[in-house]
Amino acid sequence: MQEQALSGVKVLDLTWHIAGPYCTKLLADYGADVIKVERPGKGDPTRAMGPFFKDDPNPEKSGLFLHLNTNKKGTTLNLKSATGKKILKQLAAESDILVESFRPHVMPGLGLDYQSLEKVNPRLVMVSISNFGQTGPYRDFKSSEIVEYAMGGEMYSTGIAGREPLKLGGNVIQYQAGTVAAVATMGALYSAEDEGTGQHVDVSIMETQIGSADRRIMYILSYIMAGVITTRWPPPREAIRMLIMPQGVYPCKDGFVNTLSLPQWWPRYIEALGMPELKDDPRFQNIYSAEAGMEFDAIWYSWLADHTKEELFEIFLKSKIASAPINSTEDLLKYTQLKAREYFAEVEHPETGKVTYPGAPFKMSETPWKISRPAPLLGQHNEEIYCKLLGYTAEELIKLREGGII
Amino acid sequence: MAKLPLEGVRIVALPVVFAGPFATMLLADLGAEVILVESVHHFPTITRGYMPRPPQFLVPTTGATFGGSGGIQTYVNHWAGDRPWDRFVMFHALGRNKVSCCIDLTRPQGIEVFERLVKVSDVFFESNAADTMEKLNLTYDVLKEVNPSIIYLSMPGLGCTGPHKYCSIFGAQLQALAGHTWLTRYPDLDYTTTQSLIFHSDAASGATAAFAILCALRYRKRTGKGQFIDLSQLESVVPHIGEAIMDYTMNGRVQQPLGNRHPSMAPHGVYRCLGDDGWVVISVSSEEEWQGLCKALGNPPWAKEERFSTPLDRLKNQDEMDKYIEEWTCRHDNYEVMYILQKEGIAAGPVLDQSNAFHDAQLASRGFFEEVSHREAGTHLYPGMLWKMDKTPISIRKPPPCLGEHNDYVFKEVLGMSDNEIAELEKDKLIGGDEYLVESIF
Repeated sequence: MQEQALSGVKVLDLTWHIAGPYCTKLLADYGADVIKVERPGKGDPTRAMGPFFKDDPNPEKSGLFLHLNTNKKGTTLNLKSATGKKILKQLAAESDILVESFRPHVMPGLGLDYQSLEKVNPRLVMVSISNFGQTGPYRDFKSSEIVEYAMGGEMYSTGIAGREPLKLGGNVIQYQAGTVAAVATMGALYSAEDEGTGQHVDVSIMETQIGSADRRIMYILSYIMAGVITTRWPPPREAIRMLIMPQGVYPCKDGFVNTLSLPQWWPRYIEALGMPELKDDPRFQNIYSAEAGMEFDAIWYSWLADHTKEELFEIFLKSKIASAPINSTEDLLKYTQLKAREYFAEVEHPETGKVTYPGAPFKMSETPWKISRPAPLLGQHNEEIYCKLLGYTAEELIKLREGGII
Repeated sequence: MAKLPLEGVRIVALPVVFAGPFATMLLADLGAEVILVESVHHFPTITRGYMPRPPQFLVPTTGATFGGSGGIQTYVNHWAGDRPWDRFVMFHALGRNKVSCCIDLTRPQGIEVFERLVKVSDVFFESNAADTMEKLNLTYDVLKEVNPSIIYLSMPGLGCTGPHKYCSIFGAQLQALAGHTWLTRYPDLDYTTTQSLIFHSDAASGATAAFAILCALRYRKRTGKGQFIDLSQLESVVPHIGEAIMDYTMNGRVQQPLGNRHPSMAPHGVYRCLGDDGWVVISVSSEEEWQGLCKALGNPPWAKEERFSTPLDRLKNQDEMDKYIEEWTCRHDNYEVMYILQKEGIAAGPVLDQSNAFHDAQLASRGFFEEVSHREAGTHLYPGMLWKMDKTPISIRKPPPCLGEHNDYVFKEVLGMSDNEIAELEKDKLIGGDEYLVESIF
């Protein structure tokens, strides 16, 4: 079996929802051994969130859960019981990394804070992912995707002038937080493997957004350095133009395209439109003219209306214009570039059969990304982990089950 | 002081625009020595400005400039100065903890110096269009001859192979391709009202690239082997809408944009508050939270109406319900709503403009902003670390570098070049320099 980048790294995963599980999915898909610990009975709340396979709301058929938990082994454990805590410490002693995403008071409340776990395993890297961080006046506040985007991200300037601020689609903020947490985790692991000492990493989802390059970090610094407040803007049709070339989203024959232009690209537009006469057209000699922009729009709109988004993309690629179609998930699944790169992965799961999943976020030449097993059924690996790894007997396992511990 | 996690790791980088600079910033924050190789002969658009010396009419004086770009084109105090490339705010946002030297990569003697640098480095990182390294003849095949254990990461928009590999697009287009833009709009308006300047894609692929380097570094530490990493920015952001992808692959359903709403939670949305452009977001995920909301609002009669009695009813009738909620939020400012609702255990928070975020109590309490003094920009508080580490505390150790600020350090200390050798190369402007020799990008 080919070695993976994170082969041999042992991760104890107490996370739920999206941010934490995406962090540990990244680790697992690149080779770490991840043991996911869920609540007995209900498990990770994403098991109850859609979309469900064939719309059957079965906890083993949540597409969100299946996507986020590939390559992990699944156990159940009641952390509120004394035995549960003891078992968790045994697992922590065997692990390089523990990732948890409870609210900050939970782990200390269970007697499972870093100080306690460090005693069991001084090399342990413990990563705590929370809404607002382990300290501060908001530390116990509740949050959600929309709250994180409002407070941490650039929701204020997302949307259009005169309308309410707009959330980004889906749960992308949580995914971003998980990705940043994976960077933090790997940084601490690198240190721990080097120096032999673990540490506690405190990831605040709010800070992962404030500090991310989605514009917020830059807009805040623009405010600090130049007093600029960036607000929501008029749509391209009504906005004050800097250039005669298009900026924004425009309709075409069968959908929409998103275009950005730089001043030096005017010749590329002339080429793409196949209208060499525009070069000498007296209307378009000053590319910074907003009025000429209106004139050009008329040409641009009618040209776009004659082409499909797929045709347009081929033309844009050839002329090096930064424009791309607004794809639906269906378009994305059919996209030739992704097919040519064999991006999507087929994953076999006992409850759903074979389903297509998003693939590798990057390709490594020596140590590949791969899905060796689908997301675990609830408690699927209890016996393997508790008996084979920790040495509990079959009878003890039954007792744990009867006691509601697992 | 404890050794930083990546102390001793040297990264040679040619990052442009957002995603690459963000990735290398995260690695520099962890202690890596990130050396930006820049050039006085080549101006990197939208990295150190839109042009080397913008005419004053292109230096925005307020956020209300240039059809939506606002904060993107800002210079410190709206003044480009003698060295605009050192005063461009976007570079400041992502430049911390890095060093800068200048080498002309278009001439063989420049390449020679560059290869010496690669020889004493652990990682080569670049985020240019896929043909850039080919044109410079600095592909992985070439650099691994120079340094067999080099980790080499390329992150062009659509990856290093495939029919569209030479595509040259930005984050806004990538997230359009990736299906993100499809899911982000007002349900009552079409996509032409979608703001094109949302760059989740850059944030996502930048963080993913930093993770990729860390994976490769860990493998290299164990085995001594370097490798090539082919990161398609598109492929790195597609998993961020995994559930929408799965809905299509499992059910054939193309998910449609919901605006500020949620498939199962209600109330869920943004509500107007007191004050100019003041807004609060609220999301209610359980019956218990709904009861908490009713209590916070003073148990108004409308909340007891049958059409709002179950989660399904509330989901179905949320237009009417939202009007009632907004009547209440309108009487408070957005922070006030947050405190009132959080006390009842409800997820609620203000939509923070940049000033609110800068002054926010939580960030202040955690010391998020750090003071930085910069030669050309003066002293300011900068957004700080994205996470905290208790044994190896990370921080802003160095201000964003001025162009070529570390020429001496890189050529003398890192490469051990003699003063004569440096003078010889500097004469022909093969290395060194701290201002652009190109006036315009046209």
